[in-house]
Amino acid sequence: MLKKLVLAAGLTLGLVSGGLISGGLVSSARAAGDAAPLPNQTWGFHGVFGTYDRAAAQRGFQVYKEVCAACHSLSLVSYRNLRDLGFSEEEVKAIAAAYKVTDGPNDVGEMFERPARPSDRIVKPYPNEKASRAANNGAYPPDLSLMNKARVGGPDYTYALLVGYEKPPADVQLLDGQYYNKYFPGMKIAMPQPLNEGQVTFADGTPATIANMSRDVTVFMNWAAEPELEKRHRLGVQVILFLIVATGFFYAAKRRVWADIH
Amino acid sequence: MSTTAKQNGLVKWIDSRLPIFTLLDHSVGSGYPTPRNLNYFWNFGSLAGVTLIVMILSGIFLAMNYTAHVDHAFNSVERIMRDVNGGWLIRYIHVNGASMFFIVVYIHIFRGLYYGSYKAPRELLWILGVVLLLLMMATAFMGYVLPWGQMSFWGATVITNLFSAFPIVGEAIVTLLWGGFSVDNPTLNRFFALHYLMPFVIVGVVILHIAALHQFGSNNPLGIDAKSDKDKIPFHPYYTVKDLFGIGVFAIIFAFFVFFAPNFFGEPDNYIPANPMQTPPHIVPEWYFLPFYAILRSIPDKLGGVLAMFAAIGVLAVLPWLDTSKIRSTKFRPVYFWFFWLLVLDCFVLGWAGGKPAEGIYVIVGRIATAYYFLHFLVVLPLLGKLETPKPLPSSIAAAVLGSGAAPAGARMEKP
Ligand code: HEC
Ligand code: HEM
Repeated sequence: MLKKLVLAAGLTLGLVSGGLISGGLVSSARAAGDAAPLPNQTWGFHGVFGTYDRAAAQRGFQVYKEVCAACHSLSLVSYRNLRDLGFSEEEVKAIAAAYKVTDGPNDVGEMFERPARPSDRIVKPYPNEKASRAANNGAYPPDLSLMNKARVGGPDYTYALLVGYEKPPADVQLLDGQYYNKYFPGMKIAMPQPLNEGQVTFADGTPATIANMSRDVTVFMNWAAEPELEKRHRLGVQVILFLIVATGFFYAAKRRVWADIH
Repeated sequence: MSTTAKQNGLVKWIDSRLPIFTLLDHSVGSGYPTPRNLNYFWNFGSLAGVTLIVMILSGIFLAMNYTAHVDHAFNSVERIMRDVNGGWLIRYIHVNGASMFFIVVYIHIFRGLYYGSYKAPRELLWILGVVLLLLMMATAFMGYVLPWGQMSFWGATVITNLFSAFPIVGEAIVTLLWGGFSVDNPTLNRFFALHYLMPFVIVGVVILHIAALHQFGSNNPLGIDAKSDKDKIPFHPYYTVKDLFGIGVFAIIFAFFVFFAPNFFGEPDNYIPANPMQTPPHIVPEWYFLPFYAILRSIPDKLGGVLAMFAAIGVLAVLPWLDTSKIRSTKFRPVYFWFFWLLVLDCFVLGWAGGKPAEGIYVIVGRIATAYYFLHFLVVLPLLGKLETPKPLPSSIAAAVLGSGAAPAGARMEKP
C-alpha cells in the first residue's frame, strides 16, 4: 500500500509540477518585450514568515509623498490605512489634514473644499487621466496601488525600474520626453528618473541614496498592493499546521480501518 | 452507517417515507460495494466534488460584495480584498480553487484514460464527465471576466470573437453574447448572471454522473469487473476514510497556494483595470485553457481553428468507440502504455506552446503537438486495439490482490 501511495503521490506531483513549470515558462515569456532580465532581490516580506519592515515602509511612504505623489495617484489606499505602518492616529490626522478634498454639495447646493480626513482616499495629483497626460507629455503615470502585483517580477521589477536609469547606448534614439531604462519593456520610458541622491531627508538618518530610497518605496508599494500580507502569512502558518496534524490523524485512521484488508 | 442509523426511530420513520438515508447509504455508505483495490487516483472524483462545494460557497460570499458594472467591478473586487472582513481569504480561495479544480479534474480524466474507465459499460458516465468539463470551462471563462482587469476584458474579446467564425449565424451569436456591439456593460452583466447559474447546472450533472457511476460501480486499477463478494468492500468505512485522508493532503496543497502564493496561477495584467483603448502585448487565457488555445492557433483558418478546438473535446466524448481494445487497464496493454504517456507529454507541450506568442518555432511546435493529439485518438487508438497483444488478465480482483487461491483476509462485501 505504501508503495502505491508513493507512486500515486509521485505521479500527482509530477503532473502538477509539470504544469507549474510550463506555467512558469509562460509568465517569463510574457515578461520579455525586450528588456534586461530582472536581478533577484531579497525582501523581508517574502517567505512563509515574511512581514513588512515598518521603518522602511514609513520611509517609503515619505518618498512616495514627497516625490512620486507629484505624478502618481494611490487611489485604493486611505490615510487611515497608514496606521498599519505604525503611524499613530495623530500622525495620520496630521498627514491627511495637509491635503484638500472637494466635498459637497452642502445645504445650499455648493461644492466646497475641506482638509482631508483619515477616512479619505489618498488625494490624487490630477483630477483625471486627461489632466495627468496633459502635464506629462502625453504619458500617463499609472496608479501605484496595485503596481507591485500588476507587473511580472513584482517588487523586483519596481526596484529595478527605479535604479535602472542609464545613459542610452549610442545606437538608441530617444525622442523628446523619453528616457532610457533597460528594465522597462522597450527600454524607452516616459518617466524621467524620479530619484536622485539626497532627494529626501529621512528623520532616522538613513542615507538617501538612490538604492535606499528605491528599496524603501518598493516596500511601501508592496504594502499598498498587499496590505493583507502579514495576516495572510500568520493565518497560513496556523491553518497549514492544523491541516498537517488533522491529515496525520486521517492517515492513522485509514491505516487502522484498512488493517484487516491486507 | 446504515445498520446503526436505521435503528434510530426517527431516522426509520423518515426513511420509510422519504428514503434519503437509504440513498446516502447506497451512495457513500456501507451499502455501496466498491472494488477492494482502488488506488489513490480514485480519490480525485471526491476531491472534485469537494472543490465544487468550496467554489460555490466562496462564490456566494464574493457575490454579496461584488458589483457587476464596468465602472465599479474592478474596485469592488479591491474593496473585497481590502475592506471586507476576511474578503482577501474568500477571494484567494475562489481564485486558486478554480486552478485546483482543473488540476484535480485533469488528473481525474487521465486516470480514466489510463485505466480505461470510459469503456463499456461506463460510456455515459464518461460522456457526462466530458459535459462537466465543458461546463467547468464555460464557468471559469465567465468568472475570469468579472474582475474586469485587462486580461478579463481582452480575453473575453478574443474568445467571444471566435464565434464570429461560424458562417451565417456567427455574427448573431457574438452580438447575443455581448448584448451589444462590443464587450461592455451588458456583457459583464450577463456573464455574472451565467457565472452564478452554471455551478448549479454542474451540480445537477454531477448527480447524473454519480447515478451513472453507481449503476456498475467504480472501475479499478486492474480494469476487470468486480464479480464475487471477495472482490468488493463496502464504501464506508474503507473509502470514506481514504477519501478523507486525500482531502487532507489536497487541503494542505490548496492552502499553500492561498496563503503563500495566491497569485501564482494568475496573470499580473489582470491587476490593471480594463482599458478598451489599450491592447496588452500578449493576450493569454488562464493556464488551464492553454492546450486548447494552442490547438486553436495551430490552424491557420479562423473557423478551422475554432472547430479544431471544439473537436479536441468532442473527440473525448466519442473515445469509447474510438478505442477498439476490450482491455481496460493500461497495466495489461504494454504498447498503449507508451502512447498514454506520449499523450500526457503532448498535452504539456500544447500547454507550453499555448502560452507563447503565436510566432516562429512556437507555432510549429504547436502544430506538431496538435496533429499528434488528433492522431492519438483518431488513428492510434482504433488501430492499437486490433494490433496489440495484451498481457494475460488475472481471473479476479481478489486473486490478483491476495494471491491466487489465498483465503480472503478480513472484510468483504456483506449484503446489508
Ligand atoms: C514627473 C512625473 C513622475 C514622477 C515624479 C514619478 N513618475 Fe513614475 N511614471 C511617470 C510616467 C509619465 C510614467 C509612465 C511611463 C510610460 O508609460 O512610459 C510612470 C510610470 C511609472 C511606473 C510604471 C512603469 C511600467 O512598467 O509601466 C512605475 C512603477 C513608476 N512610475 C514608479 C514611480 C515611483 C516609485 C516614483 C517615485 C519614486 C515615480 N514613479 C515618480 C511619471 C512620474
Ligand atoms: C465537476 C467535475 C467532476 C466531479 C465533481 C466528478 C465527480 C466524480 C466522482 C465523485 C466520481 C467517483 C470517484 C472516482 O472514481 O474518482 C467520479 C468518477 C468518474 N468520473 Fe468524474 N467528476 C467530474 C468530472 C469528470 C470529467 C470531466 C470526466 C471525464 C471527461 C469524468 C469522468 C469520470 C469517470 C470515467 C468516472 C468513473 C471512474 C472509475 O470508476 O474508474 N469526471 N467522478
